[in-house]
Amino acid sequence: MEPIIIEGTPKTPTVKFDAAQGIFEIKGRSIPENSVEFYKPLVDWLDSYKEGPLPKTVVNIKLEYFNTSSSKCILDVFKKLEAIHKAKNEVEVNWYYEEDDEDMLEAGEDYESIIRVPFKMIEIVE
Amino acid sequence: MSFDLETYFSEKPEGNIILFYKGNVDSDVINHVLDTVEEKMIAANEQSRLRKKVYNVLVESLQNLYHHVDKVPADFEDQSAERYGMLAVKKDGNSYRIITGNFVNLENALKLEAKIKRINRSSHEEIKELYKFILNHQRISAKGGGGLGLVDIARKTGNKFIYSFRKYNDTYSFFYLDILVNEEN
Repeated sequence: MEPIIIEGTPKTPTVKFDAAQGIFEIKGRSIPENSVEFYKPLVDWLDSYKEGPLPKTVVNIKLEYFNTSSSKCILDVFKKLEAIHKAKNEVEVNWYYEEDDEDMLEAGEDYESIIRVPFKMIEIVE
Repeated sequence: MSFDLETYFSEKPEGNIILFYKGNVDSDVINHVLDTVEEKMIAANEQSRLRKKVYNVLVESLQNLYHHVDKVPADFEDQSAERYGMLAVKKDGNSYRIITGNFVNLENALKLEAKIKRINRSSHEEIKELYKFILNHQRISAKGGGGLGLVDIARKTGNKFIYSFRKYNDTYSFFYLDILVNEEN
């Protein structure tokens, strides 16, 4: 599978989905007006990956900001990962947040409570 | 009947206006406002916690205008704007106020007011649960909004909304939303 590599912009995150390594990363700011347009290709890609995933997939989410319309799209990404996990593959989500950013920690905890995939909350100390 | 968009501001003179905009709210305007306010907060040495809250609330406020404003009334002075909105960012001591204004037709005004009242009478825990419920159960609307903007703002600020609907004519009101962002919450 071809990896997805998208450079970040002031409104959209850097994305690296590498099927060969089983390492997926979303990093930066996700505040576009039209989030579906940005995330749909990622969700479609995960649908294909789901057909033959590696035994272990690691997902690193390092978001500085995300808007509420991205929050629904990110949930869609997690739902695909949940399906991979449900099919007896190991999936681990590392949710990074800056040390003073309780809102970002709480956002991660929201997803953790909705999605049945192990989450690790990782504080970034500067 | 006199109608003046700036009336609301002259009635509430506290704080310094650090940004004021009225006109069409498109993607470029949103980018510009976000960059300007972020630069000003960095220049003012604001704590990153407060900076992030203000930035988040600003994103949601602007995108609420972008996704949800109703068309301007036919006799309004500015007919060129597809999405007419007004925004002010004020610094008031250690707090920021983000004030938006936009036209709403009367039917939407009723729905909006019911939504705001529901949020304003909810506890912080209830707002968190409401956020999670909408996140998990509601699809993104045709307009592209998630229906989460106001709930998210209430959750992040921990403050009640101050708002008013001023009658413009028989079909339109002008809606003001005044959001306090401070460090305590």
